[in-house]
Amino acid sequence: METVIGQRLPKLDAPDKATGRAQYGHDVRLPGMLHGRILYSRYPRARIVKVDISRALALPGVKAIVTAADNPHTKFGYGKDNTPLKGEVARSLRDEIAAVAAIDEDLAAEALELIEVEYEPLSPVFDAEAALKVGAPLIHSERQSNLFQRYNYSHGDLETGERASEVTVEADYELPYVSHAAMETSVVVAAFDHRGHLTLYSTTQIPFLLQRDLAEALGLEGSDIRIIQTAIGGSFGRGLDIYPFEPIAALLARQAGKPVRVSFSRHEEFLAAPVRQPAKIHARAGAKRDGLLTFRDAYALLDIGAYVSWGSVTPLVMMETTASLYRVPHVRFVADCVYTNNPITGAVRGYGNPQSTFYTETLMDRLAVALDLDPVEFRLRNANRPNEETPQGLKITSCGLKECLEAVAARADSARMKDEGGRMKADGRLHPSPFSPHPSKKRGIGFASTLNVGGGARIYRSDGCGATVKVDDFGHVSLITGSTEIGQGSETVLAQIVADVLGVKVADINVLNSDTDVKPWDVGVHASRTTFIAGNAAHLAALDARRQLFETAAEMLKVSPEKLRARDGLIVVEETNDAGGQGSGRAGERTHQLPITNYRSIELAKVARARHFREGGQVILGEGWYDPPTKLVDKDTYKGNISATYGFGSQMAEVEVDTETGQVRVLRLVCANDVGRAINPMAVEGQIEGGAQMGLGYALTEEVIVKEGRVLNPDFLDYRLFTSADMPEIETIIIETDDPQGPFGAKGVGEMGGTPTAAAIANAIYDAVGLRLTQLPMTPERVLKALTDLAIE
Amino acid sequence: MPKLLLNLTVNGELHELLIDPRRSLLDVLRNDLDLRGAHRGCDSGDCGACTVLLDEKPVTACLVLAADCEGAEVLTVEGVSSNGQMHPVQHALVEKGGIQCGFCTPGMVMASIALLKDNPHPTEEEVRRGLAGNLCRCTGYKKIVDAVLSVTELEGAP
Repeated sequence: METVIGQRLPKLDAPDKATGRAQYGHDVRLPGMLHGRILYSRYPRARIVKVDISRALALPGVKAIVTAADNPHTKFGYGKDNTPLKGEVARSLRDEIAAVAAIDEDLAAEALELIEVEYEPLSPVFDAEAALKVGAPLIHSERQSNLFQRYNYSHGDLETGERASEVTVEADYELPYVSHAAMETSVVVAAFDHRGHLTLYSTTQIPFLLQRDLAEALGLEGSDIRIIQTAIGGSFGRGLDIYPFEPIAALLARQAGKPVRVSFSRHEEFLAAPVRQPAKIHARAGAKRDGLLTFRDAYALLDIGAYVSWGSVTPLVMMETTASLYRVPHVRFVADCVYTNNPITGAVRGYGNPQSTFYTETLMDRLAVALDLDPVEFRLRNANRPNEETPQGLKITSCGLKECLEAVAARADSARMKDEGGRMKADGRLHPSPFSPHPSKKRGIGFASTLNVGGGARIYRSDGCGATVKVDDFGHVSLITGSTEIGQGSETVLAQIVADVLGVKVADINVLNSDTDVKPWDVGVHASRTTFIAGNAAHLAALDARRQLFETAAEMLKVSPEKLRARDGLIVVEETNDAGGQGSGRAGERTHQLPITNYRSIELAKVARARHFREGGQVILGEGWYDPPTKLVDKDTYKGNISATYGFGSQMAEVEVDTETGQVRVLRLVCANDVGRAINPMAVEGQIEGGAQMGLGYALTEEVIVKEGRVLNPDFLDYRLFTSADMPEIETIIIETDDPQGPFGAKGVGEMGGTPTAAAIANAIYDAVGLRLTQLPMTPERVLKALTDLAIE
Repeated sequence: MPKLLLNLTVNGELHELLIDPRRSLLDVLRNDLDLRGAHRGCDSGDCGACTVLLDEKPVTACLVLAADCEGAEVLTVEGVSSNGQMHPVQHALVEKGGIQCGFCTPGMVMASIALLKDNPHPTEEEVRRGLAGNLCRCTGYKKIVDAVLSVTELEGAP
């Protein structure tokens, strides 16, 4: 049987999604369900003097109203600084003051208008730098400062690196708020049963952590809470934390004695769902004439908003790129996460990496120019190699960075040729190449690479995932996995892994992954970890199930278990002396083609039945738990091997800059990614192409514009995502390096697609018109202004 | 608010509905008719997730007042399969990897069907422009466009 590993299989859940059958959070309807709505603060910072709900409560159809008086006495969230509803002080315009549950949404909205809140406005602070000054208003008065956390990392000796440098470059960067802009807005349905147990229908990415966090936020026990994940209409990091609307829905449901749904409008999603932190960064780098890096130094000031979420951990990822993308002997990275009265920020796909890759890779480009080196050649000289440990302690095993760079460079040759009208420049260099069919339009190409965790990311004390594989009396296989399908295709990839081990069709596997009462623990779907971590867990569970099948089949067929193979839904006795086949079952082992003649066999279903229809019988139930051999970073030095393996990628962007309008058009984006092994190449391409759409937006169009704490563009008309008509030609190149620890050699790819894109485009703009842009997004206004400034200089 | 009587044919079936006259077509489909394939992504006509065909023309159902649909015929994603077989557009989206989270998919299906009805053999550029009103955050659109183009290569479709 041909292995299903490496096949371009459609997603198992796609037919239901194509036909409108899939049930998303917004589609959940429970008997008697009420509609919850939240009243947000009128001021970005104010003392809440009085909340009067009496008029709202009197409105017929209103079934519950909660205020801070209903809060439990515990605080929740990563920084333990948040409560479901705010009672004394409002710290941002998205602060929840009260919430209503009513029999329909219009009534709930009407009731909100009847709630009278008396505020005493306080002077706010909207700028992270100002928030750090002595005398700045304290966002959380119980803290001595608005500085939530400083990250201070170094390796080598910066001064030594500076002294060794023959060229040095530096720049100031300004990076924007970005929305996940998942197509489905935030939604939750909360329902209590007669025992007081809460069931939450949720789109979370972290069901087991949410169970614990929610218990804390509600004063319940984790065992009182069951989380059922609906189909999830995109998430991209949004679901990585608990947010007030979730306990609010539960508080309303408890008070009303009925299920309550809270669903955000798109407007509300822009206002109240977390956004990527804006950052101001000063970064420097140096190199020697031989083209080797000497040092990197960066300071990042991150505005985390009024409350802390897991997003405040993004400096860990920023420092990883700063310290370990390419070989750099001397590095310093400092980041300050600062409270302000701005919107709350969280994790967004890439988790700090798009920000740090932007400055790291645009500085690389400046160094290449300063050294008069080809940008690809310069990167190759400094590239990470397989089986090396970076000074930060990252243990790089498989590494295809060189192959990625070479792959995109090979495609770049055609862009060079085009620029030169069919002739390469004598020196083979790329910049500047002002050549286009239109005199005002200049074309250029640019490169950037990325390093990303690819084997989990230990930011919690466990980075594990559990899995169970059940084979029933009909030979039907169920994979019960702790991990979550958020659209990325994990269900299908995990089913491929199990199918390969048990020799059954992928379509015959049912994946159960949505109920905390059923599935084993998993830390969450984040950090590009699911294929690697949940994949290894599923692989172990499948091997365990197969061992049980072989044990019983061996008795039935009167052979030793070593003689048995699983394929085509059968357990087969291998009668030949062919030594190939499914042997020890090491993760990464490939299924070999077996001869199809001369065998005896028995159906999977018969074996499963025989195993339990007897005295002392057992069911076929394989178990797997995988927690990678990694460590939390040291809390003082931030060093340590956070991931079992690392993914790499390079991109080449070809752009056309209209010097009259400032419009930047990306003509082509070539993306090469080292994914270890592509278990499902179509799914891998989907991750990279989708990531590229986000990267393109980060580079050119997407910015949540926040002024005095207020979001000015809370809709898709003014927050511009790339549409199908805007997208450039995208070419995806999969580099396989067969990771020694990955399931069948695979490693994670979920976040890499969009990480280097902004840097590659910025470098291409320089190549086209000689501009170094350091502020994202690179809108026509900004490009035009920079072009004008450049002309004046 | 006095209710309004609305005669609406949805997926070939005539419904006589008493509706709140303030409701959008999307509200009526999702809440009165339990057809939740059309998704509410923005409620302002920007995302296209609620695209349905109204008298054979694609509309964002969130922007259509249900009261304006008296006697109209609506086709939703639930009504495009026939004899248990997915529409070729649905089938192509599944097979070509054009679906990830799937939230935009019903709108993409309906917009694509409308596009192919108008122009059975579009170029890639025409497909890209034709679907520009339907946002997708997962796929980067490439596999969606490929899927629609593959349908145009089928005999007699759609």
